[in-house]
Order: sequence, then C-alpha cells, then structure tokens
Amino acid sequence: MTDLSLEDRRQMAYIAAQAADARVNVELEAEGMTLNIGPQHPATHGTLRIVAHLDGEQVVSAEPIMGYMHRGYEKLAEVRTYPQVTTLINRIDWLGSFANEVPFVLASEQLMDIEAPPRAQWIRTILFEMGRISNIVLFLGDMGVQLGAVSPVFYAFRDREHILNQIESATGGRFHPNFNRIGGVKDDLPAGWVEETKRSLDKIRDFCQEMEDLILGNEIFETRTRGIGVIPADVGLSYGLTGANIRASGVDWDLRRDGPDLGMPYNEVTWKVWTHPDGDSFARYWVRLQEVRESCEIVEQLLDSLPKGPVMTKVPRIIKVPEGEAYVATENPLGAMGYYVISQGGLEPFRVKIRSASFSNMSITPWLLKGAYVPDVVTILASLYFILGDIDR
Amino acid sequence: MVSALLAQDIPYWQTTIFKMVMAFVAVLIPAGGTVYLYLFKMVSFMQSRLGPMEAGPYGSLQLLAEVGKNAQKEDLIPDKADRFVFAAAPYVVLMSTFLLVIVIPFGPDALFADFDTGVFFALAVTSVSVIGVLMAGWASASKYSLLGGLRAAGQLIAYELPLVLAVVGVVIQAGTLSLQGIVFAQIEGEIFGWGAIGNPFILTQFIGFFIFMVAVQAELTQTPFDMPIAESELVTGYITEYSGFRFLMFFIAEFATANVFAFLASVLFLGGWSVPPFITDLFGIEPDSAAMNVVGPLVMGGKMLLLTFVVYWVRFTYPRFREDQLQAFAWKFLIPLALVNIFATGVLKVVF
Repeated sequence: MTDLSLEDRRQMAYIAAQAADARVNVELEAEGMTLNIGPQHPATHGTLRIVAHLDGEQVVSAEPIMGYMHRGYEKLAEVRTYPQVTTLINRIDWLGSFANEVPFVLASEQLMDIEAPPRAQWIRTILFEMGRISNIVLFLGDMGVQLGAVSPVFYAFRDREHILNQIESATGGRFHPNFNRIGGVKDDLPAGWVEETKRSLDKIRDFCQEMEDLILGNEIFETRTRGIGVIPADVGLSYGLTGANIRASGVDWDLRRDGPDLGMPYNEVTWKVWTHPDGDSFARYWVRLQEVRESCEIVEQLLDSLPKGPVMTKVPRIIKVPEGEAYVATENPLGAMGYYVISQGGLEPFRVKIRSASFSNMSITPWLLKGAYVPDVVTILASLYFILGDIDR
Repeated sequence: MVSALLAQDIPYWQTTIFKMVMAFVAVLIPAGGTVYLYLFKMVSFMQSRLGPMEAGPYGSLQLLAEVGKNAQKEDLIPDKADRFVFAAAPYVVLMSTFLLVIVIPFGPDALFADFDTGVFFALAVTSVSVIGVLMAGWASASKYSLLGGLRAAGQLIAYELPLVLAVVGVVIQAGTLSLQGIVFAQIEGEIFGWGAIGNPFILTQFIGFFIFMVAVQAELTQTPFDMPIAESELVTGYITEYSGFRFLMFFIAEFATANVFAFLASVLFLGGWSVPPFITDLFGIEPDSAAMNVVGPLVMGGKMLLLTFVVYWVRFTYPRFREDQLQAFAWKFLIPLALVNIFATGVLKVVF
C-alpha cells in the first residue's frame, strides 16, 4: 500500500465512496407496497378484490381477483326447468334484473320456435328499458360518491324509486320481477300504468338534468375524470368491452340496433346511439347519462304505440325444449349479455353459458390501472361500472 | 352584576378550574350543537331524508346516543400497532383544538388568555394536529392509514401557508397581533368616516377571508379537500383502525376544530364578539361594556353557526380534489393570491 501514488489513492478513495453510495442506495431503495383493495372495501360495492402493487401512490400492476361471490348459476341452471331458470338469473345483475331474463327467454323461444305476441314484445321492451334506467340512474349518483360528493347518490335512490314503483306495480317485484315467461309475459299491464309511467319518466328526465348540472358541470369532477382511464377503441375491442364502456371510446355499436332482430321493437321507435370520442372516465359518465335520456324516449314512444292483444302465446303446460343450441345476446344496462343454451330435449337445459358484460369489462382493469394513481383507481373502477353479481354469477 | 363578579378577587386555582371547565364548554357544546344541527339535520334535508327522528324531540338526543354507543364499543388496537403512539394520537389531535380555543376572545373580559401575539399562537398550534395525524397514520400499522396519514401531512402543511398569509392582511390593517386588539380595531374602525357598523375586515379583506375559509376547509380535511380520509378509496384514512372512544375523540376533534376555526374567522373578519356600534349606541352602552361578556359569546355563537354552515354546505356538495390537484391549488393559486392581497393591503395602508 505504501508505494501507491497519490493519484492511485484518490482513485481508490473514489471507488470506495462509489461503492458506499451504491450500498446506501440499495439499502434505501423503497420496496413497492402491495395494497389489497378489497374483498371488503367501500369502492368495490361488493366483494371484488384488487391486488395492487404500488410505488408510492402509483400503481405498478393491478390484478383483479374475482370469484368471491360465485353462486354457480350456470351449474344450477342445469338442474332447473326452463321456467325456473329465470328466477335464478334474475340475481345476476341485481340492479336491472328484468334485463337478465330477456335474453334467456328469447333463446328458449328460439329453440322452441315460438314468438311472443306483439303486446308481450312491447311490454318486454318497455320493462327492459326501465330496468336499464333503474340501473344506470344509480350509477349516475354513485359516481359522485366514489369521487367524494355524497349527496347525488341520495337523489339517485330517491328518483330510482319512481321507476321501481312502476316495475313493481306491473310485475309484483321491485328488484326481481321474474315476469318473463317462455312465450310472452306473465300478466297484462295494470290499468292506468301507462300514464303513471310517463309521469315517472318525467321525474327521471329531471334527475338527468340535475346530475348534468350537479356532477357533469362541476369543475372538480371534470378535472378528476377527464383524461383518466383512457381506453382507445382498438384496445377496448380487443378486451371485449361492450356497452357504454366501448361507446364512450367512439365505437358506434349497440346490440339493440346492430344485433339480429330478436322480436324487440327497437326498429319501431326513433332513437339514437350515443358515442363519445374521448374514451376517458368523463366520456363513460356522459354516455351513460345520455343513454338514460334515450331510454326515456324509447319507453315513451313504446307506451304510445302499445298494441292490443294477448300477452301470451300458446305454449304447452310443461315446457319441453327440443334438441338444439341457441345463443342470444342483448344490450343490457352493463353491456352485451348473452346466453348460450344447449338443450337435449329434456325439461332442463343441458348447459347454459352466461356471457355477462361486467366480467369482460373487468378484464381490462390490469391494463387500465397500470400507472394510475390510487385516487384514480377508484375513478376508473367506478366509471367502468361493474356489478359484482354480474362478474361472478 | 357581571362586572361585580369579575371584580371579585378569586384565587388562582379557582379561576384555573373555572377556565378549564369553560374551555370544555366552549369546545364541546358548539361541537355537539353543530354536529346535530348541520351534520345530522341540515345534511339530511339536503339529501332528501329526515335524519335522526327517534331519540328525543326531532332526534336532538341522537348525539348522546352515538356517544354512548361509541363509549361501549371495544377499544381495538391492531396487533402490530405501536401501542403507545396509537393511543396518544387522538389526544394530540384534540389538544390542538383546545390550545386553539384558549386565545379566542368571547367578550371584553371573557377570554382564557390574552396574548399579545394571539394570531401567531393560534396559527402555530393548528399545526400540532398534523403531528397527531401522522402519529395515527404511522402507528396504526395499516396501509390505508399510512397513505391517509402521509396525504394529510402533505395537505395540512401545504394549506398552513395560505392560512397564515390570509391573516397577514388583517394583521397589517389592524396593526396588532392580539386577537382582542383585532376585535377592537374592527369596532373602532370607520368606513370613510362612517362608523355605524365599525369596520369588519371582511369588507376590505374579502380575498383574505375567501383564502382563509378555503384553507380552513383543507385544514379540517373536509370535502373537497378530504383526500386524507377519502372514504371511497382509503376507507377512512388515518382513522381506519380506530374504534370506540378513540374514534370518538377524532370525531370530536374534527368537528370541534371546525367550530374553533369558525370562531377564529369570525374574530378576524366578522368583528368577533362585538355587535355593530350603532346597536350598542341604541342601548346607550359602551361597545366594551361588561354586558358584552354575556352577549359576546352568543354573538360569537351566531357568527360561528353562519360560518360552519358554509363549511358543511360545501362539504356535502362538492366532489374531492386529487392529491396533486389540491397541492397545485394551494401553491399555484391560493398562495400567489394571498401574496398579492398582502401587497395590496400594504400599499393601501400606506396610502390611506
């Protein structure tokens, strides 16, 4: 060591200092934090679990873990007769239950090669759209809660009641109507229902205006949602997004208009499919708000053109579905919902595969949450609008 | 009678006990009142519901029921929590509230302590709650609490500055740091020679008042600045792991601090315990007569209700800012605005 020159010593001291620095850096290097959002968490309104790896408050990777609420409806449907299945599938998307029944009943009717009479088709479509209203109205208020504005959700619950009352007076069930029958609907509409429904639609239109003023026009809401959780159209399509989520990305696709003719009189009324070019959380809220208004228009026009006649076609007392397969998808409140029904000619379906919208919509979250901040995670999840029953079935 | 009472030579220990009891009264009674009036009832009416109706007339005893419920609850401490710090945190937060209330004058003689630097003291002790919040966030050994505690620390420090700078304008105009002196400056002030209503500083310091109220909203972590306790993402932030009586203490601290800040704002901007001089002229008494020791607290209560109404109104209307947005709002908007306000006040002070 003694014969080292000054220059060499300097060099060695420099290297030692560098090594010490590196050691300190390694020691101080912050490990990421793993945050378990859920299964019990206020933002997931159900039992969804998201394992988020955080760097500070930024999400490095997020993985949704589903299945905490799996109720096995696909398997249960195999040991139920066809009319019994509608009771089960009511519980999939519990906010817009009526809409769950329709595609299954349509698939069964397709297999049996029967068609509901026009009045039943009209009533089905009216209640289908009212299910959509009652579902999305709650989203419009709930998005406020997720962003910290607590009051709007109370207005949503208040005004949803008008629609639920109408659904109840027609079907007997507030949440789970179980009103569809293979070959029609259970009953005709009660007297005075049409006028009463029109009045409740006005209340919903007022509510939409209120939300537009209170939430959509709020600067804080805009700064919290604009540019947050942007889904480009091609990415959204490749993840299988449907419903308002993909329409908010500018894809003009709606099964009510673009799907096959299923015997639902959407062609009889004039209405518009709303899209938004941005694809961010704000766009998803905006599109859903317009959809509620459009649904009000559809229901109003259908109520005016309600045909007379029976509400049930002739079906055998014991329903036996001939052998075959059918897939029917409709544009449900949360997106495209399809039932793939395979029959082997018995009283019960051989297999029912349910394609629920939220399950597919949920699949984009790992891609979408990457790089988002923790507050934005809540915004993004709320704007994607999933219902846990619809994810886990 | 009041002056005779005050003229009595009371031993020190008796005045101290009296002041301690009165401090509890000044903190807890308004807190209970505003929680019932605003948090339970007004908000219910805003949200088209009735609120508590069963406990007592119009649910007025609901708060007592809540206190009883919380007192009965199990006092949970998480397994990995730092037990001492965890237990101490609510006391630190509550301490800041009590320290704040002792400098606030409720009448010419009805005050706990008259500091020459009352404003300075008041603004200094508001920061004590930050320590308590950080303690709660760290000691809970919960990730949500930690995130909430850190957010709270960042936010409270960021909004401390606009809070201080907003008051500087008032101090320049009053020419004193004593809160009692500021009240007297407002009574004796004149608006271009017209002294019927004195000169409440809200008229000249309206920018300062706006900044002060916004900063207060943020200091209280009320919506739109409630990112630290954001229920929908952090459960309840640094309070997540607290239950029972300790939760109750955080609850009291939150709402009592709202009132104490409203007291402070009414002293700084709305004339404090004083009534407009033309009213005292009507009754033929001096603005600082002994009768004001009785009327003053009521006047303060009224002004406090007015200001806390705004706080809760905003709280239940707006969505919340994101952390970076509220920092940007403080540093890029409120602080420059406060500096401009100070500059303008200084110039006008010299000119007039």
